[in-house]
Amino acid sequence: MALITADHLKLGYDSQIVASDLSFTVEEGDYLCIIGENGSGKTTLMKALLGLHKPLEGSLEFAEDMDQNEIGYLPQQTVIQSDFPASVREIVLSGCQGHWRNRFFYSAEDRATAKRYIEQVGITDLADKYYSDLSGGQKQRVLLARALCAAVKVLLLDEPIAGLDPSASENMYRVIKELNGAGMTIIMISHDLTSALKDANKVLHIGETNYFGTVSEYLKVRTEDLGGAK
Amino acid sequence: MIQKLIMYFQFPFVRYALIVGVLIALCSSLLGVTLVLKRYSFIGDGLSHVAFGAMAVAAVMRFASTTVVVLPVTVICAILLLRRGQNAKIHGDAAIAMLSVSALAFGYMLMNVFSASSNVSGDVCSTLFGSTSILTLSKTDVWLCAVLAVVMLALFVLLFNRIFAVTFDETFAKAIGINADRYNLIIAIMIAVIIVLAMNLVGSLLISALVIFPALSAMRLYRSFLKVTVCSGILSVLCALAGILISILAGTPVGSTIVAADAVVFLICCVLKRIGVGTE
Ligand SMILES: Nc1ncnc2c1ncn2[C@@H]1O[C@H](COP(=O)(O)OP(=O)(O)OP(=O)(O)O)[C@@H](O)[C@H]1O
Ligand SMILES: [Mg+2]
Repeated sequence: MALITADHLKLGYDSQIVASDLSFTVEEGDYLCIIGENGSGKTTLMKALLGLHKPLEGSLEFAEDMDQNEIGYLPQQTVIQSDFPASVREIVLSGCQGHWRNRFFYSAEDRATAKRYIEQVGITDLADKYYSDLSGGQKQRVLLARALCAAVKVLLLDEPIAGLDPSASENMYRVIKELNGAGMTIIMISHDLTSALKDANKVLHIGETNYFGTVSEYLKVRTEDLGGAK
Repeated sequence: MIQKLIMYFQFPFVRYALIVGVLIALCSSLLGVTLVLKRYSFIGDGLSHVAFGAMAVAAVMRFASTTVVVLPVTVICAILLLRRGQNAKIHGDAAIAMLSVSALAFGYMLMNVFSASSNVSGDVCSTLFGSTSILTLSKTDVWLCAVLAVVMLALFVLLFNRIFAVTFDETFAKAIGINADRYNLIIAIMIAVIIVLAMNLVGSLLISALVIFPALSAMRLYRSFLKVTVCSGILSVLCALAGILISILAGTPVGSTIVAADAVVFLICCVLKRIGVGTE
C-alpha cells in the first residue's frame, strides 16, 4: 500500500479555495517534487500532509506504518522572536524529540545524530553560536539539520534552498539525494526546476490544471504542451 | 545585626519560611523564561488578579487554608484563558483584562462587605502586596507551598526539553508529532500553580515582577535557553534570600523587598550588557 494517498483533495481557508482536485500517491522511497506558482497552495498542501491544516474536501490516507513521529519538516518560513535565547545545538537537538517515547532527555544517540547532521549541512563552525546572531541562509541550514534529525522515514521540505548560496544549495541537494538513496521518502517544494527534477522521480504540479506523474513523463508533456506548465 | 538573625533562626518556623520562600522564587523564575518568551506575561497578570478574587472569597468564607480554594479556581481560569487564546487570538487580551478587573472588583467588594476583621484595608493590602511577613502564613499553607513547589520543580526539570521545543517553534513541534496542545496545557497549569504559590510570598500585584524580572535579567547576560533558565533561577534565589533577610532585619514588607531586589538586579544586568560583560 502507498505511504500517502490523496484523493480529490480540496484545500482552502474559510470560504477561499486554494487548490482543488488534487490526487496523488507517494510510495515508500519516493522523491516527490511539488511545483507551482506562488500562491498555488503548495505550502498549504504540505501543512495538510502534516496534519496542521484540515482539507475542505477529499480524503488523505496514510499507511499504517507511517507515524507522525518519523517525519522531518523544514518550514518555508519560521518566525522566531529576535531575542529568543537558543543555541544552534539546542535547536538541532530538538528535532530528535519527535521519536521520543516516554523519554524526557537526550540520549547519546540523539547527540550523535545531531552532530552528524550539523556536519552534513556544513554548520560545524556555527554549532556553539546563537540562532539570533545568524544570517538568513545560516538559519535555514540550522533548521534543515533539525528537520533531518526528526526524519526517520519521511522528510518534507518547503523550498529548502531559498536563501542559500550556490554551494550550499548544491550541498543541500546532495544530502537529500543521499538520504533518498538510503530509503528515506522525500517530498520537496521547489521553484528551482532544473536541479530539483534531476533527482526526483515524481512530480506534482499544482495550478489551474494539476499534473501528477513521473518526472520523465512530465518533461515530455511539458515540451509537447508548453501551456500546461506555465 | 547578626545576633538578630540568629535569634530569628532559632525558631524552626522562620527557617521553614525561608526555605519555602526560596523554593517559590526558584520555580517562578524558571517558568518565567517560558512565560516571557511565549508572550504569556499578560496571562500571568490576569491570573494573579483572579487569584486575588478567589483569595477574597476564601477569606470571607473563613477557610483555614486559603490556598485550597485559590488553587483550583486559578488553574481552571488558566485553562479557560488558554483555550480562548487559541480560538480567538484578537479577543484574548480583552477577555483577560475583563476577567482580571472583575475579579479585583468583586474580591475587594466581598472583603469589604463580609469581612469579620476590623482592619479591612490591612487585609486587602496584604493580599495585594503580600503579607508583611511570610511568617504569618498558616502551617498548612507552608507545607502545601513547599510540596507544590517541589513538584513544580521536578516537573519542570522533567519537561525542560519539551518546553523548549514547544516554546521555540510550536508548528514544528506539532509537525514532528509532539503533542504541543498537551504541553501548552501543562505549562498553563504550572503557571497557575506558581502564581498561587507566589501570591503567598509577594502578594498578587507583585507576582508578575517575581516571575518576569529574573528571566529578563538572565536574558541580558546569556543567550542559550539552558543558560538563561539556570541563570534566572540563581538570580531569583539570591534575590529572594536577600529580600527575606533584609526584611527581617529592617522590618520592611517581604514581598516588596524581594521585588525591589529583583529590580535592582535587572538594572545591574542591563548595565552589564551595555558595557559588554556576560554576552559570552
Ligand atoms: N493562514 C492563511 N490564512 C488565509 N489564507 C492563507 C493562509 N495561508 C495562505 N493563504 C492563502 O492560500 C493561498 C496559497 O498559499 P500557499 O502558502 O499554500 O502558497 P504556495 O504555493 O506555498 O506559494 P509560494 O510559492 O509563494 O510559497 C494564497 O493565496 C494565500 O493567500
Ligand atoms: Mg509556500
